[in-house]
Order: sequence, then structure tokens, then C-alpha cells
Amino acid sequence: MSGLLDRRRGARPAREAVPVVLTDRYSPLPRKVLVRVIGYGLLTLGTLLYLGPFLVQVATSFKTDADAVGNPVSLIPSPVSMAAWEIVAGSNPAYSVPVFRWLGNSFVVTISVTLGRLIIDSLAGYALARLRFRGRAVVFAGVVAVLAVPGVVLLIPKFLVLNELGMFDSYSGMILPLFCDAVGILLMKTAFEAVPAELDEAARIDGAGVFRTFWSVILPLVRPALVTVTILSFQGSWNEFTHFLVATSNPDLATMNLGIARLTAGDLQGSQQFPLKLALATLSTIPIAIVYVFFSRYFMRSGNATGLK
Amino acid sequence: MTATVTRKASADRTRPVRGRRSSGHLRQERRAGWLFVAPAVIVLVVFLFAPILMAAWVSLLDWNGQSSPFSGEADFVGLDNYRNLLVDAGLLRSDFMLSVRNTVYYVLFNVTGAVVVSFALALAVNSYILRGRAFFRTIFYFPAITSSVAISVLFLFLFQGAGVVNVVLSWVGIDGPSWFTDPRGVLHIVLSWFGVDGAPGALSDTTLGGLSLWDWLSGPSVAMCTLIMLTVWTTSGTFMLFFLVGLQDIPVELEEATAIDGAGAWQRFRHLTLPLMRRSVVLVITLALIGSWQVFDQVFILSQGSPAKTTLTPAYISYVRSFGDGQFGVGAAVAFVLFAIIIVLTLVQRWVGRERRA
Repeated sequence: MSGLLDRRRGARPAREAVPVVLTDRYSPLPRKVLVRVIGYGLLTLGTLLYLGPFLVQVATSFKTDADAVGNPVSLIPSPVSMAAWEIVAGSNPAYSVPVFRWLGNSFVVTISVTLGRLIIDSLAGYALARLRFRGRAVVFAGVVAVLAVPGVVLLIPKFLVLNELGMFDSYSGMILPLFCDAVGILLMKTAFEAVPAELDEAARIDGAGVFRTFWSVILPLVRPALVTVTILSFQGSWNEFTHFLVATSNPDLATMNLGIARLTAGDLQGSQQFPLKLALATLSTIPIAIVYVFFSRYFMRSGNATGLK
Repeated sequence: MTATVTRKASADRTRPVRGRRSSGHLRQERRAGWLFVAPAVIVLVVFLFAPILMAAWVSLLDWNGQSSPFSGEADFVGLDNYRNLLVDAGLLRSDFMLSVRNTVYYVLFNVTGAVVVSFALALAVNSYILRGRAFFRTIFYFPAITSSVAISVLFLFLFQGAGVVNVVLSWVGIDGPSWFTDPRGVLHIVLSWFGVDGAPGALSDTTLGGLSLWDWLSGPSVAMCTLIMLTVWTTSGTFMLFFLVGLQDIPVELEEATAIDGAGAWQRFRHLTLPLMRRSVVLVITLALIGSWQVFDQVFILSQGSPAKTTLTPAYISYVRSFGDGQFGVGAAVAFVLFAIIIVLTLVQRWVGRERRA
């Protein structure tokens, strides 16, 4: 922080000095070229390793089964086959996978969870940041404690409670437990704390009640945090797998991930059908990829926020 | 006691002097406070804290998943589930010990790999002389946001016997293994290159938790290596971001000064960057450690614990025992032991990290 200020205060000279040294502008030419070549070489290799598998995935989804097994590396399908995507689209009468059912379930759950988290997180975040009430410290400690609980440990506990409440194999059982979102609450709390308290007071003096102050005055000011929570929970619940695995057994309630997982894990010994599986994997990645392209900044911010853990 | 102190402190911090003026408003605020946190509190209590207590109770039962575990129909067996898991010789203990061994290697290799790879990515993406850094950052982070299920399916394809990875390896003259069916431990393979094919007597005779020392020293199996590569690949993007934040906190003036003093790039990295990044490294190691012990999705899709149980993990045992075999008491006990392991490791790790910083 102080570095930033210093740089700004020092204005010209400092700014000039920085690139001069660190870009190696005056280092001997061959060395400079060498460093760049190595640097870009590594970045290219990295791109190959990080993007390559996805290209293989998309390419393979357009291959025939034989081509996928025979020429796994080739990025150009020969012949180009739409067979896998026809099955995905449901236009193959001989073989059907309930993809639309899975997609529908995924969207219903994802949207409900995201809306629910937005409401719950912002209300709780505001209360923890601003409102004075007895027990606030206890509630805050409870929320922080949630961060310490590893998700995988909750597999059986979640099944138990859904079983007791009669919510096993139901949409409510899939959605409500995912409303637990300590990271989101803390994120909203931090955002509300950054809003000057004078605004609350001004609204109060103007006669607004607590909820009115929250809803009309303060909430619009924390829009970036709301976007972050939206993206975080969209991504989280779209990618969720273990919770649905223990919360449902009815195939009609399968989400995209659960459907693909059951198809893959159960089908290992049989025909491999990789074009179909990879077409499904591609389809399930598309919504996330679209959001990522437009909001990658928020994704990265939320990635860091999760790290509060 | 501590709770009261913190409450006072935090209340004082946010309470403006003017706020005391209207007690009517205070009362309204107090009521609103509870109303506002009520949904979050209810959800957390019903779906998180209560279930943990319920599972603690179930871990003391012999319950098969039918009827209700609270009706008194299931036998109360005390600590038997834990005893079978940790003390008494039997299939359960040997499975559990195998899963612990597998996970220890998984964690070691995975944490090391993830830290090294993500640090390298962060350095590359942060370096001043290269262009297109935002573009590369976006690419390296992409695997981190895609679903573990989709990635696992993709890896299933990439690591087939005659799949992409082995074809690429054959270009450089390496005959790749059949990744998913090879149960040999990597350390055992390396030892066999030096002529050590079987277990030396001392190692096969001494057992720890029902597993011979030779078996403990197997290293991750070849199949487990695919899981390790998958996790390094998917988590390195996230950790790269943590390292980037740390790198950008290093004052430019400092790097500049050392550069003017004639320090080369390597010296700058070794004596300036690395020491200043210690906190980020500790944070990333902690996160990777916690995450690694929980590996489940990938096991479920890629290997189901096979070959020869070398990819069995505690989380997977907990799931299969409960939902596959109907032994929910055992499953819950495994979950709590796993919980304890993670907490202890986190504490140890924090303690080590703090010690060094001081």
C-alpha cells in the first residue's frame, strides 16, 4: 500500500526508473533475446498443457468412436461425426441420454441456490457489519467456524439430516443445504464495512427504517460484492457433485454432473463411447466458460476470497 | 469469557458516539439484527452444525441406513467403529491404513507439485518483460473453475492405455504405462531399477497398523499419479493467483534497488523474492494440504479405489461403506477420523509456519 502511494507521490522519476531496470532495457541484446525466448517458450508450453486438453476434448466430441480411440491426439476429426452430439440433442432414437432433464435440474438448482445465497449472505453480512445486537459475536464466530469444516466430512451428516427431515430425493433437499455459505457472508460483511457509516446515519435521519436503509441505500453500493457472490455460487453449485450424490437416488433428479458421473463410473467396462462422454463434459463446461469469458476478473477475485479459508 | 470480550470490543468499534442518542432506534436495530441473520443462522444450524452432531451419534451405532438412527432400533456399539478402524486387525483397518498411506503420498506429491507449478506460473505471468500476461493468466486459471467431474472424464480419455498422453510420450521414445491399471508403487519401481525387487526381510516383517513397512514405503501407485497430475493441473491456477497477490505486494523499489546493486535475476529471486513470499507459500501449502485430504470426486469417477486399492482414500471409504455397504456407523467414524487428521495437520502446519516467520 505504502509502495503504491510512494510511487504516486514520487511521480515521474520513480516511474521512469522502474521499467528501466526491470525490463532489462540496457542489458546486452543477446541476453535479452534469450530471456524472452525462454519466457515465451515456457508460456507456450504452459498454454499447451492448460488449454490443449480442452481442445482435445472438443475435437474428440466430433469424432467417431473408432477415430477417438485410433487417433486420440489429432485435433481434426476424420471423418467429422455428429453422432455424439445427436445423442446429446436427443435426435438419436436408438440411444438416449436424458440430457435436457439433467440440464434443467442443474439450472433449477444453480439459480435457486444463487438467489438464496444472495439474499441470505447480504442480509447476514449487513447485520454482522452494521447492526448492533446481542449475540452478534457468537453468530460471527459460528460463521468463521464453518470455514474450518472440510466439506467431504459432511457427506454422511447431510444425508442423515435430509433423511430425518424427509427431504431425501427432493429439490428442497438438493437446494437448501447449499444455502450454507460462510465465505459469501464474510465477503458481504467486508463489502458493507467499506461503506461509510455516515450513509446509514443520513438515511436514518431522513426517517428510513433499518430494512429501507439496507435495501435502498447501502445494498446498491456493494454491487461488485454481489456480482462476486453471484459468480461464486453459480460456479459452485453448477460444479457441485458430492452433495447431489448423497442427497438423491432418483435418476430424474440427476444434475449434469451427477448424470455424467454415473454414466462414466458405471460404464467403465462396457463400450468406451468417449466422443459422447466428452461431448457431455463439453456441454457441462460451456455455461461456466461463457461466464468466465465475461467475468474472469470477478472469478479471480472470488478465487482469492475463497482463500480466506 | 473470550466471547464477551470480543463482543464488547467489536461493539465499541462500530458504535458511533452519536448512535446512543435514540434508544428507540437501538431497539429496532437489535430486533432487525436478529431478523437479518436469522436465515443464515437457521440454515447453518439445520444443515451444518446439527448434522455434525447427528453424525457423531451415528458413529457410535451399528446403523444400516434404514429407519431412523434416533429411534433406538439401531444397536449402540460405543467406540467399536473407531476401534475396528484404528486398532483391531481386520479388513476395515487394513483398508483404512491403505487409504491413509495412499493419501499421504497423494498429499506429499500433490502439495509439492502444486506449489512448484503454481509458483512458476505466477513468476512467468508476473514478469515485466513478457507481454500478454493477462491472456496467459486467464488460460492457466481456466481448469480451476471447471467441474471436477468434467475434468475427470477428460483425464480418463487422456490417460487411456493408447491415449493422448502415451502417444505423446512415444514421440520422445518413452513407453508409457497403462495408467489406470498399474498398482505398482513409484518408489518400488525406482528401487527395482537398482535390483531391489522384493522386500528386504526387515521391512516386510515389521508392520505398522497391519501394513508392512515395505508396503508403507511404496510411494504413490502409477494410477495414483494420474490423480496427482489431475489435481496439480486443476489447483495450480488458483494457487497461481495467491502467489501473484504476494508477488505484487513486493515493493518495486526493493527489486529496483537490488537490481541497481548488481544482483542478477537468480540472486534477486533467491534472496529477495523467496523470503518475501514465505507467507504466501505457507498459505498455499495449508490450502493444498486441506484440499488434498478430501479427494473424492476424482476417485469416484476415475478409479473407484482400484487398482489393488492403491487409490482408495478415506473420503471414498466413508462413502462406500455407508452408501454401498449400509454401514453408516463406520462411514461416520471414518469421516470424524478424517476431520481430526485435517485439523491436527492444519494446526501443526500453522505452528510450523509461525515459528519460521518469527
